[in-house]
Amino acid sequence: MSGIEIKQVSKRFGDVTALDHVNICFQKNKIYGLLGRNGAGKSTLLNVITNRIFADEGEVLVDGEPSVENDRVLRKIYLMSEQSYYPPGMKVKEAFQWSAEFYPDFDKGYAEKTASLFQLPTKKKIHDLSTGYQSIFKICIAMAVNTPYVLFDEPVLGLDANHRQLFYKLLIEKYSDSPSTIVISTHLIEEVANVIEQIIIIKNGRIIRDETTEELLSKGYTVSGNAALVDRYTAGRKLLGEDTLGGLKSAYLLGSVKKEEVPAGLEVSKLDLQKLFIQMTND
Amino acid sequence: MKLEFEEERPIFIQIAEGIEDAILSQAFPEESQIPSITEFSVTYQINPATALKGINLLVEEGIVYKKRGVGMFVSKGAVQVLREKRKEQFYDRYIRTMVDEAKRLQLSPQDIVNLIERGFEG
Repeated sequence: MSGIEIKQVSKRFGDVTALDHVNICFQKNKIYGLLGRNGAGKSTLLNVITNRIFADEGEVLVDGEPSVENDRVLRKIYLMSEQSYYPPGMKVKEAFQWSAEFYPDFDKGYAEKTASLFQLPTKKKIHDLSTGYQSIFKICIAMAVNTPYVLFDEPVLGLDANHRQLFYKLLIEKYSDSPSTIVISTHLIEEVANVIEQIIIIKNGRIIRDETTEELLSKGYTVSGNAALVDRYTAGRKLLGEDTLGGLKSAYLLGSVKKEEVPAGLEVSKLDLQKLFIQMTND
Repeated sequence: MKLEFEEERPIFIQIAEGIEDAILSQAFPEESQIPSITEFSVTYQINPATALKGINLLVEEGIVYKKRGVGMFVSKGAVQVLREKRKEQFYDRYIRTMVDEAKRLQLSPQDIVNLIERGFEG
């Protein structure tokens, strides 16, 4: 079967269970959002997929083949990670050249074009770039490798709003021209909400949600108004959390809302992805 | 078309309505070509599958049609079809919310009629 299948993968670091029997399938040519709080296991998962760290249990299949120590399979995946693996002293343009040798479908012209759109100084040494430009440098490579699977770990780290917008624009353009499987791990949720088709939420090493953005967004709603009325409404319903301000209360609920069941005087509104995420991943 | 989405309704529905608005305002005249899925998704920074879903709603209703290998076009008669459709939605979308607010403010039906007349005069 095509795609990346993660089957019963667990990983422990000492007493900490970073991944706990994770099962996910990244299907061909879809854009995924991998969302989780700091330390939830996002990077560990991406590193297991790309064989940078080994799972204690379970396996990862790429197009039906195990990925462990399998170079042919691993060349189908590119991980843009927070860590930089380039030798000190290497310049940006040298890294482009090097990528072209390692990834047969690397489009050097596209990388250079992207670099100039971001005004990335290609003659500089990678290690001398600012945090934002380190991210941009890695984006330029990730967008040009043309592997069937591209994983982005915190791609917009340190980028200003203009550059973040440029990144999303280029990503959608590229994906429209030549679709690939894209996984974006991030905690800037609102920005990617419309870009991603499927959302995976990871909490303490477990997958707590794996569904389309649209399904997930249709599930949360807020009821607010007089606190006593709100309490009466929420009794017996699936409550995610609540905020109070004097005699006012906002309750965050899961499920589909039937407007006729909401008493007059209470306001119903949708929960956006960020609020939904916060409520679902609160401890 | 507006470039801002509101959070209340799914994005694909808002894309479809944005195109409907553009057809009603003659920004996308009948028999003219509308932007491609890629143009919509890049401009609005949305997943192409979402843009496609929105446009497919209009294709199913016969408001937009696809020409293989060329692109998508506004159907002849689309404006009239949309006007009828919007008239049917008018009660649910505007009158009901207005009456709800009027009740909170204890406005009488006559008060509202007066306000509506004022609106038409302005």
